[in-house]
Amino acid sequence: MDWINAATQGILLGGLYALFAVGLSLVFGTMRLVNLAHGDLTILPAYVALMLVNAFQFNPFYSIPITMAIMFVVGYLLQSGLLNFVVGKGDVAGVIVTFGLSMVIQNGLLLAFTANSQGLDAGRVENLSIKINDRLAVGWLPLIIFLMAVVVITVLQVYMGRTKMGRAFRAVSDDTEAARLMGINTKHIWAMAMGVALLIGAIGGVMMGIRTTFDPLLGNQRLIFAFEAVIIGGMGSAWGTLLGGIILGLSQTLGAQAFGSAWSILVGHLVFVIVLTFRPQGLMAKTVTA
Amino acid sequence: MKTAATMSPADGKRYNVWVASRTNLIILGFGVCVLVVLALFPLFAGIPWTRRLVDFFTLLALASFWNLMLGYAGLISVGQQGYIGIGSYTLWLFADVLHINPFIGVIFAAIGGAVIALPAAKLVFKLKGGYLAIGTWVIAEILRLIVANIKRTGGGSGITIQAATKLGTDVRVPGSYWWGLASAVIAIGFSYFLLRSRTGLGLKAIRDNDLAAESSGVNLWRMKLYTYVIAGAGCAMVGAIVAIHLLRVQPAAAFSVNWTGYLIFITVIGGIGTLEGPIIGTLIYFILREMTSKYGEWYFIVLGLLAIIVTIWSPSGLYGLVVQKWNFFLFPLQRKVKIRAAATEPQAVAAESGGTTV
Repeated sequence: MDWINAATQGILLGGLYALFAVGLSLVFGTMRLVNLAHGDLTILPAYVALMLVNAFQFNPFYSIPITMAIMFVVGYLLQSGLLNFVVGKGDVAGVIVTFGLSMVIQNGLLLAFTANSQGLDAGRVENLSIKINDRLAVGWLPLIIFLMAVVVITVLQVYMGRTKMGRAFRAVSDDTEAARLMGINTKHIWAMAMGVALLIGAIGGVMMGIRTTFDPLLGNQRLIFAFEAVIIGGMGSAWGTLLGGIILGLSQTLGAQAFGSAWSILVGHLVFVIVLTFRPQGLMAKTVTA
Repeated sequence: MKTAATMSPADGKRYNVWVASRTNLIILGFGVCVLVVLALFPLFAGIPWTRRLVDFFTLLALASFWNLMLGYAGLISVGQQGYIGIGSYTLWLFADVLHINPFIGVIFAAIGGAVIALPAAKLVFKLKGGYLAIGTWVIAEILRLIVANIKRTGGGSGITIQAATKLGTDVRVPGSYWWGLASAVIAIGFSYFLLRSRTGLGLKAIRDNDLAAESSGVNLWRMKLYTYVIAGAGCAMVGAIVAIHLLRVQPAAAFSVNWTGYLIFITVIGGIGTLEGPIIGTLIYFILREMTSKYGEWYFIVLGLLAIIVTIWSPSGLYGLVVQKWNFFLFPLQRKVKIRAAATEPQAVAAESGGTTV
């Protein structure tokens, strides 16, 4: 029964990882930019929510829409003011600039909030769970997070597939020059993509802040988990990213169950290595590596 | 070295292909003098300055290895801290468990780095560009987590290297100084001779245009493998020297991603893809460190911001500005052609540009 419990936890954790990974994948898909500051940009909204909760004394759930809007604006401005300069200039410039950005955000957060762990208190919902039997219970909060991930991916798929803006996203992704010739403002599209990516990251960031504690140095680990979920699932596939997140989450919780919690993250990395060795294109690949 | 070849083709003109200018030979002489002074430095300078220079040389060596990967093979790694950490712990293994002199243990640490880099390369090379960068970071994290879970090495709290403690300050500090200096000379010298060789021509071709290089018969994959393994071995060697110097290794410090932050800053500021870049970059880094490191987080914010600004507005770095203005190279790698037509004055043409890929 412990194993079933661990597996359930792992699957639900996968939803959270998918919320971080979708943004990383969206930005890469639209402009071939690997954003090394993506992890830190999912920590930032948790601190934004913390400030909102401290200022207005409301339940952190109410801070989610405000935080999403703020992070969308942050993303749009970050892309149009800085990152648009490195798009299309090769991988090196992108990696160096986003790595520098990661250093700036991480240390900025350390300056403002210290290295102490913080948490968002959502009250009773944090402890409520659905009892299936005496030894197996599913927490409401992890379940809500997982369902949010499913909703976000569904909405994103519909947005990309059915709307005019989504069509522009795909056009820019397929051929930037041709899209520009057709009258699409590529810089605006890139900025929108970063805005949407950080908006989705904000949901994950705040929900994780409610679920556990957070500190400014967690960004690196977030980036790596998001990356592993993208690669395991297969690039360019949003549902693949959810699957990748679930496999990563499962590996971590089952690894902890089998070898103790000290090995949990390592088992996750090793499963990533196995997938990369035997199926480098990922489990549900749609596009090849750029 | 001075004149590589003299040819007389059918059109009657004479071509001289040369690499080093007369200025370069003067600088070579001057450089040898500087090297002699640096080698004797611990004999007349105090311990604090010797210590400071150990930091300088180890960082210079790391940056040069990183630059060899990025600037010439187009490999961008944010995971060299994995090899630095492995080097530190391999040194502990050889010095404290197998009781080998720590200064000899440095060589084994380099071998250890290469042994890990070989399979790691085969794995991360399945990824490209920015994703490859995160892949190297995952490798570093795997190594850190394995080491931190080994009880014998003290887990997360680290371990003191007993053999290095027993050496005493008057042996340990000059010893790690000479190893540090040697590592910097090895890193730069090795890069120089590698780039002057046939392999180096391939690497420079990859730097300038990897697709064209590959279609001209350069084995891209093998070139990248060589540089990745060399950089892994080199970083492990430096990690071992740092371990002797600091006496203590801790997973969180030895495998810290801050190392990558320093390497990116140094190489980008100095100039990616030039041998001279890391030297200038390390000098600037040290001046900045003396000035701002007491401000903690601000110091990292300044490093990050400068790396961003230089990458966007002056991607060839400070040395790139020097080259642009005077077309001068401290380490001549460019083959220049001098055409001597019967009637006209000799004219020099730069056959290869010294530019960078960024």
